[in-house]
Amino acid sequence: MIRFILGKLLYLVPTFIGITIIAFGFVRILPGDPVLLMAGERGITPERHAELSALLGFDRPIWVQYFDFLGRLFQGDLGNSLVTKKPVMTEFLTLFPATVELGLVAILLATLIGVPVGVLAAIKRGSVFDQVSMTAALVGFSMPIFWWGLLLIIFFSGMLGWTPVSGRIGLLYYFPDVTGFMLIDSLLSGQKGAFASALWHLILPSIVLATIPLAVIARQTRSAMLEVMGEDYVRTARAKGMSQTRVVGVHALRNAMIPVITTIGLQIGVLMAGAILTETIFSWPGIGKWMIDSISRRDYPVVQSGLLLIAGLVMLVNLLVDLTYGLINPRIRHK
Amino acid sequence: MTSMTRILLAASALALTSAMPALAKTFVYCSEASPEGFDPAPYTAGSTFDASAHPVYNRLVEFKKGTTEIEPGLAESWEVSADGLEYTFKLRQGVKWHSNEKFTATRDFNADDVIFSFMRQASADHPWNQYIAGITYEYYNAMEMPSLISEIVKVDDYTVTFKLSRPEAPFLANIAMPFASITSAEYASVLEAAGTKEDLNNMPIGTGPFTFVAYQKDAVIRYAKNADYWGTAPLIDELVFAITPDAAVRLQKLKAGECHLMPFPAPADLEAIKADPNLKVEEQAGLNVGYLAYNTTMPPFDNANVRKALNMAMNKEAIIEAVFQGAGQVAKNPIPPTMWSYNDAIVDDAYDPEAAKAMLEAEGVTDLSMKVWAMPVQRPYMPNARRTAELIQEDFAKVGVTVEIVSYEWGEYLDKSMEAGRDGAVILGWTGDNGDPDNFLSVLLSCASAQPGGANRAFWCNEEFSALVSEAKQTDDVAERTRLYEEAQVIFKDQAPWATLDHSTQYVPMSTKVSGFVMSPLGDFTFATVDIAE
Repeated sequence: MIRFILGKLLYLVPTFIGITIIAFGFVRILPGDPVLLMAGERGITPERHAELSALLGFDRPIWVQYFDFLGRLFQGDLGNSLVTKKPVMTEFLTLFPATVELGLVAILLATLIGVPVGVLAAIKRGSVFDQVSMTAALVGFSMPIFWWGLLLIIFFSGMLGWTPVSGRIGLLYYFPDVTGFMLIDSLLSGQKGAFASALWHLILPSIVLATIPLAVIARQTRSAMLEVMGEDYVRTARAKGMSQTRVVGVHALRNAMIPVITTIGLQIGVLMAGAILTETIFSWPGIGKWMIDSISRRDYPVVQSGLLLIAGLVMLVNLLVDLTYGLINPRIRHK
Repeated sequence: MTSMTRILLAASALALTSAMPALAKTFVYCSEASPEGFDPAPYTAGSTFDASAHPVYNRLVEFKKGTTEIEPGLAESWEVSADGLEYTFKLRQGVKWHSNEKFTATRDFNADDVIFSFMRQASADHPWNQYIAGITYEYYNAMEMPSLISEIVKVDDYTVTFKLSRPEAPFLANIAMPFASITSAEYASVLEAAGTKEDLNNMPIGTGPFTFVAYQKDAVIRYAKNADYWGTAPLIDELVFAITPDAAVRLQKLKAGECHLMPFPAPADLEAIKADPNLKVEEQAGLNVGYLAYNTTMPPFDNANVRKALNMAMNKEAIIEAVFQGAGQVAKNPIPPTMWSYNDAIVDDAYDPEAAKAMLEAEGVTDLSMKVWAMPVQRPYMPNARRTAELIQEDFAKVGVTVEIVSYEWGEYLDKSMEAGRDGAVILGWTGDNGDPDNFLSVLLSCASAQPGGANRAFWCNEEFSALVSEAKQTDDVAERTRLYEEAQVIFKDQAPWATLDHSTQYVPMSTKVSGFVMSPLGDFTFATVDIAE
């Protein structure tokens, strides 16, 4: 098992170096110059432009800038934002818990609903439930998130008044950040009603963010189950007179879970993409909105280091998924 | 009622009671963007100033609420020397600084604070110039303060003299701008001793109507009423900014009672907002102009008659209707009608395609092809440049001019549109910084600003016009300045370096419970005078 883990870790090294090049190059390939954007309609004299570029280090050859970035990175320095002038790492750590909290609730929601729906649809293949749920999944998969979020806000918050429109907690509640996770901090604060308010604020954004992963997970579970249900060992289990619950729960589901777990792992990337829009609509102070703002302002340090941190996390999650296979299926770890 | 519905109703009741704080009088503003920081000096965004300069700080002189007139701020009075080169300010006494967990002031505001606030921006050697590595003072530079202020002298604790290198009539308006906010020198020394200089930008200490309480990045900013405020203390106890970048979501929050007032509604929502009995909308002409700048150095656009003919071919009413949905007005001058010295006697070129065509033919211009540049971003003065360009394209086609629409990424657009020999006419605009006509006419149309690094995108250099604008800058006499600017506008209209397109209207939707909000012609959102009915 240790060799298996080390092997996987070794793969990460070239991937990580590749990501530093892409993260560094991406924002510089985009047309646009942060110094010009700072000046706006007013314009900037060539002298002042040169002065500011030198101050920010943009006058150096691109490869010097890259190795400088890499050198600082290995010392744990991700640079300062050009806009807020604050360390990128500080900003990331402030905002990241909000994204994780939203993402975790969303993926939990997607899994807890998606897997049972997929299993049920597979068992009752061709039934009304199967057709309705799979059509709904297709609709969910094709849902434009921005429109969907706004629609939910207008209906549930605007017309029915059931849910708050946006934000992480009611403005009445104010307590300092401890963990950055609002559900935990609101409990720790001891303020009456704070936890309920935080939970209530999570409902709409997590539904919106969960929609696409939910659809993918449900469809993937269904097709994996169908495949497994046709296998010999399932037929044997049935022939032995086992109950349907036992056949499905013990023999089929466990084997069908491998591709489903891969899918759930891959959804982390989808979640990050969805978080950008979801966070913008729901005024959710996470890293998705932070990245978007930084890209439009050509805030080089934030974009390159932010991308690196996000890519690093996605890599980590995928590593964990790989390791989970090893646990579920011994054949993979001994290969 | 099903149990699910019961749970939902109970929970929504809880959520609603939590949406509106009940104890103190709390005013919630759904702001459109996060502040870049809380030190107004290094930043340029209006949303940053709304969160820092206006609630927390004061300036020596201030804009009188709802106007661009100057009134005393931290300076009680001032005198200008006869040659216009010395401004001596008498400072207000007994003005208390805010306090926070790290700082309690031992003295009131005085001349040292004024000198500190300016010198940290003026001098690269000042210990606070680079208190955050890479920080720059863009407004201080853009308003030409480095070449203008030659010395700041402390006469006594409550008297300061600014010595200028040349007479500059807009000087008072310039130092009423957010970048000239007065920060505490004593707070700076406390932070320096503690080794946390950057807190000047994170935990601001000012003299303004509200004290800063806390900022949760990208989410909420909290302020409390400054009970010791030297002016009229605010009527609300707490001020909260709920940062909400999407205009549709802001409106939903306003409707749901999650905030009291919002900026920048989507034009398409205005009808519905006006129809809502719980909301009201205040409106005011924006201090801005949208224009199409010809390249007056390139033939045939170097011919004023050609430019005038094209202006006559343009149906500007249709642009206001289609692009602004009526929320704007046709511009005839380069400065907005709310600005002093606006020359209302000027008659705009009438929309007349026939006459325009004849005029072009008379100038020997046939089969003209040109580019029209459409900016890629929305601005209050131009919500949809692409649509505007398309309308211009249709109008010009009627007089036999073929238009190709081009666009670039915003930074590139700003850069390329100022390149000498630029091909085509550029859609752009301007929002005033300080209400002074010089801030439009000199910045956008003088010979000096036609040079690289300027903002004269018509590359129009008319010596007579520039001389008038420059002369107006050197006298304090407002009547004389008005006369000079009015004359300059006549030359502008006659020479037509731009097609003046529009001045947009600014709308501010708010709850009917809100009173006392005063719209600022400069587009600031300030809440020192607001109140909310229980």
